[in-house]
Parts: sequence; structure tokens; C-alpha cells
Amino acid sequence: MLRVDSELKQKLIDPLFAPLDRNFILSAGVLLALIGWGALMYIRQVFLGLGVTGMGRPVYWSMYIVNFVFFIGISHAGTLISAILRVTGAEWRRPITRVAEAITVFALIVGSMQILIDMGRIDRLAFTVIFGRLQSPIIWDIISVTLYLLGSVTYLFLPLMPDLAIIRDNLPENVPEWRRKLYTILSLGWSGTKEQWVRLEKAIAFMAVFIIPVAVSVHSIISWILATTLQPGWHSTIFGPYFVAGAIFSGIGALFIAMTAVRKVFGLEKYIAQKQYRNLGLLFIAMNAIWFYFTFAENLGIATGQQIYEMPILAVKLWGEFAPTFWVMITCMAVAFYILVVPPMLKKQTEQRAFIFQPRFAIGSAIAVAVLAALLVAPNLVGAPVLAISGNAMVSTILWILLILIVFGFLLGVSQWLKANPVTSTVIASALVVIGMWLERWNIIIPTVTHPMLVPYATYTPSLTEISIMVASLAGLVLMFMIFFKLFPAISIWELAEGSVIEEAQKQVVIPEPEPSDTRRRWGLR
Amino acid sequence: MPKWSMVIDLDKCVACQGCSIACRFENNTPVVGPEQAELGRAVLWNDVFPMPVNPTEETGEYPNVKSQYMTRPCMHCENAPCIKVCPVGATFINEEGIVEQNYARCIGCRFCTVGCPYGVRYFNWFEPQWETPLAEHLNPDRVEGKGVLEGPAVRPLGVVEKCTYCIHRLKKAHAQAEAEGRDFRADEYVPACVQTCTGKARFFGDLDDPNSTVSQLSMNPRSFRLLEDAGTHPKTVYLREG
Repeated sequence: MLRVDSELKQKLIDPLFAPLDRNFILSAGVLLALIGWGALMYIRQVFLGLGVTGMGRPVYWSMYIVNFVFFIGISHAGTLISAILRVTGAEWRRPITRVAEAITVFALIVGSMQILIDMGRIDRLAFTVIFGRLQSPIIWDIISVTLYLLGSVTYLFLPLMPDLAIIRDNLPENVPEWRRKLYTILSLGWSGTKEQWVRLEKAIAFMAVFIIPVAVSVHSIISWILATTLQPGWHSTIFGPYFVAGAIFSGIGALFIAMTAVRKVFGLEKYIAQKQYRNLGLLFIAMNAIWFYFTFAENLGIATGQQIYEMPILAVKLWGEFAPTFWVMITCMAVAFYILVVPPMLKKQTEQRAFIFQPRFAIGSAIAVAVLAALLVAPNLVGAPVLAISGNAMVSTILWILLILIVFGFLLGVSQWLKANPVTSTVIASALVVIGMWLERWNIIIPTVTHPMLVPYATYTPSLTEISIMVASLAGLVLMFMIFFKLFPAISIWELAEGSVIEEAQKQVVIPEPEPSDTRRRWGLR
Repeated sequence: MPKWSMVIDLDKCVACQGCSIACRFENNTPVVGPEQAELGRAVLWNDVFPMPVNPTEETGEYPNVKSQYMTRPCMHCENAPCIKVCPVGATFINEEGIVEQNYARCIGCRFCTVGCPYGVRYFNWFEPQWETPLAEHLNPDRVEGKGVLEGPAVRPLGVVEKCTYCIHRLKKAHAQAEAEGRDFRADEYVPACVQTCTGKARFFGDLDDPNSTVSQLSMNPRSFRLLEDAGTHPKTVYLREG
């Protein structure tokens, strides 16, 4: 019989057995409807053929592959936070590991589904095993993604086991029989003996180390699927590390959103606190900087080399048809960087705010941004630049950079609000990063397939089928997340308890003050 | 074993697109109609298009323009990027140097279509269709075996297809030589596009035989290969115009 702290029980176990509330049923219903519609569109695609998408020659790969790379990228949240922080013994990880690991599993399921949806002959899926050629990056991908999925399910389950036993031993009276069975079976007869704990710790420690290289391999291989071809813009050595860094970056963004949702729904403000947001935020800022560095490095070689097949791809991103997606991506990342870095450094200004920190400066900037954005996006909508001068490559690039600067003006105006609401502003930054990373995948894949070497340039517009399936995939991710946290505790109960014991012990340790030394005195230091 | 190769003399090519039409009827490539063609679903194993494909500043503007017509079957690369990336071995190079495509094996992942820098590979976005008079006159030749479906056999939905240097003609020529109990000669077979070429601009033969027309022509100072610097070593060779 395992006991649990009454506060933890009330916060983490009791909500699992509360009757389904209206919001849950309503949102689950909406999500199910979206998934159903997506499934219908997919079945139609299987019977009619991939012609129902917006693809054609030379756009042989499109939004499904964009989503594939994006979702698998999101799945890197779990490994990073959980495994790396566990290996390095970062104490603040404890309340967020469960959420992180859950994202990994669900994003991975949704991500690998994208590649199946993209296949022309899903009925021949088994051929990849029967006739698989190890030389093909797609087979590397199948192996590493399968390994990662199995690994991350194990890695989610291992720390869940003691929690399941705790729930099993603390079930309310009127619980349905199937749930009693669920926890009894899944807890695998855990009784909390010393031997069991030693084994569990060993297994978790092994899995934590094992899953890091697997995770790195997964996104490297996805990038190599692109980089092993001769296509301009893809045939690059930087792709492996660039994709891994981007994956971790978007993963942290998704984790921030998910953990804030869990915190809000279950009222876990006490556990998922400022410390978690601050520390993970530091990691987020670092990844943001790394992302900018890689993006710059990726494009610099193309820009200076100006090779005939590569340069057009950079040109369409900087001032051509892909300029809106490219510059919006840059804006998203820059704004996220600002939100995470600047407001916490500002002094709290109560009475006399400088002009740039006043709301009216924000409103003015927002209007300027809207006008400028309309001017810059217009050529893509009406087919011609509104002002003749903005059709010029140099002018349009400068205007986009100007746009980002004015966005910063807006941010200065709302800085005080951002400072006052750190959690909300972190979620805003995370959402921007997640959107920005999706756009990044788009900007890597679509310009290259639409600008091949020996085929006339093409355009690509996603069809209703592709959009429906993307929405359904997102809905599937959210629904799996909701159901999982309706059945299992959102925070690892035993790890939290372990953490509080460690914290308690640390309080007992007294660190003596440093004694004044001669050297310090001689130099006038106290 | 011959190593099949095609030489296309751009000086003689009149861009009549006869090769494209001959190929279409020989290999049963589906007809898609203008709407689908707009979306890039047209299937032309043998395409004729202006070079450079995508005009740049150097191309110039009418009337001071530098342009030429290009006719393009599969390059049948010795070091084919499409073969390297196929996850199931549905595309492969046979001992006679022809890059083949097995429709019964292809899983439709389209990695090869993305991997091919020449854009010679096509995908069956829909079930192939022909209007009535055409549907009654499909080429009945098939290359079929255990788990193998190639050549002009009507392709199923969702697989990739490409120029095979008319592999069924080669197989037939081999079969005939065998039936007559004699050795196969390299001049016994040409693809449909070579046979039909109006300007007699196309030559076909064995690149391993130093005395064959294609060997001689591929040594011509005018000879070049498409995207030569990509390291794919194409066996379709061009003779420069002028």
C-alpha cells in the first residue's frame, strides 16, 4: 500500500476521477469532428489518388512533408528536457518531465503518420521491410523513427510506473472497474521495495542516455533525406545540425504551451512555477540565438556563391514569392527573442514612462506595421507591386527589415505589460516560435521543389485535402494529449516527492561565510 | 554485354516533338487534359522544351534572345541519383545500363522524383485514363514477371514511371535472337523515339563498342551531357548546336 501526500492527491489524482466536465466533452467533440473530416479526406485520397492534393511535377513533395518535419521536430521536446536534464541532474525538471515525454510520443505518432499519408501506395508499406534497401535515407528514417518511438514510449512509461501504483492504491470508492484494472495491470505489480527502486533508477538512467543519440539521429536523418539529393538549396552539409537545433527549438516552444495548458487546467501553479519558466526560458533564448546563427550560415554561402540554380531559391525567399513566409518567420523568431530577453531586464516604471514605453507608441507602431505589411504582401495577392518601387529587390528587402524594426517599436510599447505577465508572454513567444518553425520547414521545402534545375518553375497551393489533413493532425495531437492527462497524472508524483525531500535536506546544509583574507584586504576588497 | 546509349544531335533536331508522340503511343503514357497539365500532371517520358528552362537575364529578350530547343528522354545515368535514394529497389540499373522502373514494387514515396535533377520521372497522380479511340489502341506489349511490371504495361495508381529506352523492344529483340539460335547484335534494337525522329537527330547503340556510332559521336568535340558537373554520368549524350 503506497501512500501519497494529501495535497498531491488532491491536485494530481482526484482530477483524474472527477466526472467529465462540459468543456472537456465539448472540445473533445470538436476535435473528433475535425479528425473525422480529415480521415474522410484521406480515404478519398487513397481511392482517387494523390491528384487530390496540390502537388504535381516538379512539386513532388509538399505540405505533408512540411508537416512531417514539423511534427517530428516538436517531438524533440521530450528528449531534451527529460533526458538531458535528468542526466545532468537539474532539479527543476521534476514537474515538467511528464508533459515533455507525452509530447514526444504523441507528436511522433502524428509525425510518422504524415509520411504514410504522403505515400502513393500505402498498401505496399510492408515492402519497406521486405525489400528495404539500407542505402536509402528513407529506410534510415524508418529505423530511427521506429526506434525513437519505442524508446520514447518506454521512457514515458518507466517513470509512470510508480505513479500508477500510487493511483492503484489510492483509488476512490466508486471508480469504474475498467480503470481499476487499467492501473493494476499497467503498474506491473509495483510495490515500492528497495530492489524495485534500484532497478527503476537504473532503467531510467540507461534510457535517458540511450534516447539522446537516437533523438539526434532522427532529425539528422530527416534533414539528410533532403540533403542527400542534388536539389539546389538542400544539398548542404549544415542541414543535420540545423534541423536538430530547430527541432529542439520548436520542441521547447511546444512544451511551454503544453505545460502552461496543464498548469491552467489542473491549477498546478505551485509546482510549475517561475523557476521552470525562467530556466527553460534561458534554454529557449539560447536555441533562438543558435537558430539565427544557423539560418544565417545556411543562406550566406548561397548568397555569396550566387550559383545559377541556388541563387533563385534564395532570391524568391528574400524578395520573391516566398518573401512573406520568409520574413514572417524571421519576425516571429525575432519577436520571440525580444519577449524572452528584454522585458525581464527592464525596470518597473510605475509613473513616468518614457514615450517609447507608452501604449500609444505601441498602437502607432502597430498601425505602421499593418500598412507596411499590406504593402509588402500585396504583390502576392494582386499579382503586382502596389508601389512600383517596392518591386525592387533591394527596396523590398529593406522594407521587410524596416517592418521588423517597427514591430520592435510595438513591443517596446507593450513591454511593461509583458513584464507584468511573464507566463502569458512566454506562451506568446512559444506560439510565435512554433509558427515560425512551421514556416521554416515550408521555406526550406517548397522553394526548392518549385525551383528545380531543369523543369520550369512552378507554384504550389495546398488543396483542401492537404489543409484538412493538417488540421486533423493537429486536432489528433491535442486530443491524445487531453485523453492522456485525463487518465494519468500530469506531474510525476514520486519525482516531485523525491525532489521535496532533496530540497528539505539541502536546507539543513549550512554554508559558512568566506573568511576575510589578507589578499582581499590588501586590494581594498571587503 | 552492350551498354546502351543515345546521342541527340541538336543541330539536326527540328523540335517537331515526334519523339514525344512516338514515345506516348509506344509506352502508353496517360493523357491528362489541359487542366491537369496546368497542375504539372502531364506525363512526357520524352519531353521537348526550350533551354534555358527558366529564363534569366543572360537569356535576353526578344528579338535579341539566346534560346534553343532541347529534347530530353531519361539520361540513364551510370551514377543515378534516383537509384541511390529508392527505399525498396523499385528503380535499378540493369546489366545493359538501362535504368528500369518496376511498377509492381514502387511504393509511391516520390523520393526518386525529387532526387532526379533532370525531372525525367513522373508520378501517377490519378488512375491513368484514355478516351475511347485511344483506349482501344494501347500498346499490348508488357514486360512482366514475378513481382515485376515494367515497360509499356498500363501503370497502376500511385507509382512512378519513366523512360526505359523502350525496354520491351530490347527484350523482344533478345527473344528473337534466342529463338533463331544466334547471338544478339547491338544494331537489332532502337527505341521508338529514335526510329521516328524526323530530322534523324537521334542515334542509338552500344557505348562499350568503340566503333559504334554513339561511341564515335560521344567523342565528338560538340558532345556534352546535361548537368555534366553533377557527377551523374548520363548515357544520353547531346551534340551542341552550331
